[in-house]
Amino acid sequence: MADDLTHPSIKVPAEIQGTVRVATWERFYNWCRSRSVWPMMFGLACCAIEMVAMASSRFDFSRFGMEVMRASPRQADLMIVAGTVTKKMVPQIVRLYNQMAEPRYVLSMGACANGGGPFKEGYSVVSGVDKYIPVDVYVPGCPPTPQALIFGFIQLHRKIEGQTWKDYTWYKNRGHGEEIPLPILGPDLFDPRQIALIEAAAISEQANVEQAAG
Amino acid sequence: MSETSQTQATQEPSVLTVQDAYGVLLERFPGQVRMDERQGYEGVLIEADSLLDVASFMRDQLGIRYLSSVTGVDNLPNGQLESVYHAFAGLGPALVFKVQVDRDRPEVPSLVSVWPSADFQERESYDLLGIRYIGHPNLQRILTWEGFHGHPLRKDWHEPYYEEELKPFASRHPDGHVYRAEDRNPFGMNLQYPSDFDPHNWTDIAQAAVYQPLQRTALESRLETETMVINLGPQHPSTHGVLRVVMAVDGETVVDLMPVFGYLHRNHEKIGERCTFPQIMPYTDRLDYICSMSTNLAYALAVEKLTGIRPPERAEYIRVIMAELTRIVNHLLAIGFLWNDVGAFFTPVVYAFNERELILDLFEMAAGSRMMCNYVRVGGVFEDLPDGWMEKARRLVYDRLPRFVDEYERLVVQNEIWRARAIGVGVLPAERAIAVGATGPLLRGSGVPYDIRRVEPYSIYDRFDFDVAVRFNGDVYDRFMIRFDEMRQSLRILRQAMEQIPDGPVQTGKKNYTIKVPPGEAYHRIEAPKGELGFYLVSDGRPNPWRYHVRSTSLINLTSLAEMCRGHKIADVVVILGSIDITLGEVDR
Repeated sequence: MADDLTHPSIKVPAEIQGTVRVATWERFYNWCRSRSVWPMMFGLACCAIEMVAMASSRFDFSRFGMEVMRASPRQADLMIVAGTVTKKMVPQIVRLYNQMAEPRYVLSMGACANGGGPFKEGYSVVSGVDKYIPVDVYVPGCPPTPQALIFGFIQLHRKIEGQTWKDYTWYKNRGHGEEIPLPILGPDLFDPRQIALIEAAAISEQANVEQAAG
Repeated sequence: MSETSQTQATQEPSVLTVQDAYGVLLERFPGQVRMDERQGYEGVLIEADSLLDVASFMRDQLGIRYLSSVTGVDNLPNGQLESVYHAFAGLGPALVFKVQVDRDRPEVPSLVSVWPSADFQERESYDLLGIRYIGHPNLQRILTWEGFHGHPLRKDWHEPYYEEELKPFASRHPDGHVYRAEDRNPFGMNLQYPSDFDPHNWTDIAQAAVYQPLQRTALESRLETETMVINLGPQHPSTHGVLRVVMAVDGETVVDLMPVFGYLHRNHEKIGERCTFPQIMPYTDRLDYICSMSTNLAYALAVEKLTGIRPPERAEYIRVIMAELTRIVNHLLAIGFLWNDVGAFFTPVVYAFNERELILDLFEMAAGSRMMCNYVRVGGVFEDLPDGWMEKARRLVYDRLPRFVDEYERLVVQNEIWRARAIGVGVLPAERAIAVGATGPLLRGSGVPYDIRRVEPYSIYDRFDFDVAVRFNGDVYDRFMIRFDEMRQSLRILRQAMEQIPDGPVQTGKKNYTIKVPPGEAYHRIEAPKGELGFYLVSDGRPNPWRYHVRSTSLINLTSLAEMCRGHKIADVVVILGSIDITLGEVDR
């Protein structure tokens, strides 16, 4: 299991190859991190059932050191956005994301979380969770099979292993990244960051109406 | 004794047929009630002013004690909104009545005082169509939020990504050019705001509105202790999805409680109106995503009722086999998750998922997909069963599943902790269960032997020999045990179906993305694993439905949650919720 830990350029003597690995501290640290990702127990829709299926005997994600599902975002490293993200739910999702401890990862599971999916045209469905929070891995499918989800996890492991302390926000700043402002439920969902855009759109619409009238 | 009298009482009104009932109504309320003469429509039209009188008369004199479905239709060309009701008296088809009101002044008296099961459904109709139900105790938006602009299911309300009335959209094949819907929206998302919207001065009224009814309870409380309002969900491991339950608690005791919905509202009905009839089928998978086959079946039967298409014999059997397998999957998971809520953390779920995988293998073999089967078609099923399917299914149904059901029951039923947590908790008396519109195991666990497969047989269920499972205490324990009974009955049906299944074609007519549907309306209901699942369709003769409504089992079963939980501890709320067995996809649609 730990074969991938040894750096390819380093020759370990044959007699101790079974017990000794030689790696950089960063590689070792990331390897440990990637093998103990705790997901948040957080299901939104249909995909959540497949997520549970993946946790149970046939697929069994304990093999990846991930079986410790936490109900609290404070104790979780990975948010699996499993299902359709609706406008009513987005403020909660963003809040949960803000509450997660760094370094944190987001895996978007299924067509709906990736981009709206079959319900994209609907009036209360968000066109992908990445419109509000940053996503690390996208798993396609409707719903993705447990195998596909496991593949997504392996991709996440790769990503974690490839990170260096220099470029990851949390290690760089020694603190939390910026909090994402919570979207607000108005006449339609609105993001406080988009207020200028909303006002501009209202002005241009008014101009159009006046132009049509005059 | 009370149980026996209850059983008789529910069967008593069946003497009166629906046609007789219409006759009695016409005679008793001349000028107020008239037949719905439109072609393809059924039932009576009632004047809004006398609706309450007529409804009370129906309940008290005609024995119509169960109001199943309340919904609305926007008759834009006539400038009218229509509130549509389907009620049942024990056996037989629905008694349909409607109220037509002016679109500019859509006010209909609320029927919550007559049939409490109207509560959430009237709120939904208010939310999506803007019909104001006068006298409703808490007329708030239910699927969208307080403050949302407009009523989405009105025909002149268009969603931000609106393209055309009918699919396939012209943009589907735009000469090799691909564009994203986001690119055409000024905000890059599916957002739209009314012109008078001022984002700087917006006060968020959505949350305050949710707490308001409960704070009233808190004030009325005469106790010297302080009542507190707390939230369970929408992110909570025990809410089976994104349900939110707002509770007023006095210490650990629940004084009042209100479920809050809409966190998974996916505009199923609006999307359905844009799709042709067969195109809706994959969306029905995602309603009750644990039992996609049953939901498929319910929708196909509704369209078949409207069109008169009959599926071939073999297809009927395949449908029954799939529906009953689905029932087993659902009950296994319901039991597993219920134990989860009691504290048997995930072990029973893992057991249940083991068997579920085997049944899902069968679905995957037949339909090509594990969960979202999309297998049933209007007038048949998608494909015949592949080679080797029947042998595999037989091994499961004759050998493995019966043993597993027994083993699963032995695993926890005698457990002291489980019995202490379940027996006598969340009691729902038979009388109240009918009033709040409970169906499925929830109703039968309260001592009412009401199973649609028996009272209004659909498909070929009249050919099979099975018992309607019923238990009489109406507590969590009985609702839980009845699921074992039902799984055994399902296995009985499965064995008969597998012996009787004939050879032959599995589809009437040829496959097409659209079918001809005559103008008219149809309401069809089935006994889905969770209870009565109904589809109400209105067609105006075009390829897409004019109105497409799902009578959601889970949503209406939740009407009883508040009265079952009052007086119990917070920990019991989770168990009671688990015993109802809900799927959020179906609650919020």
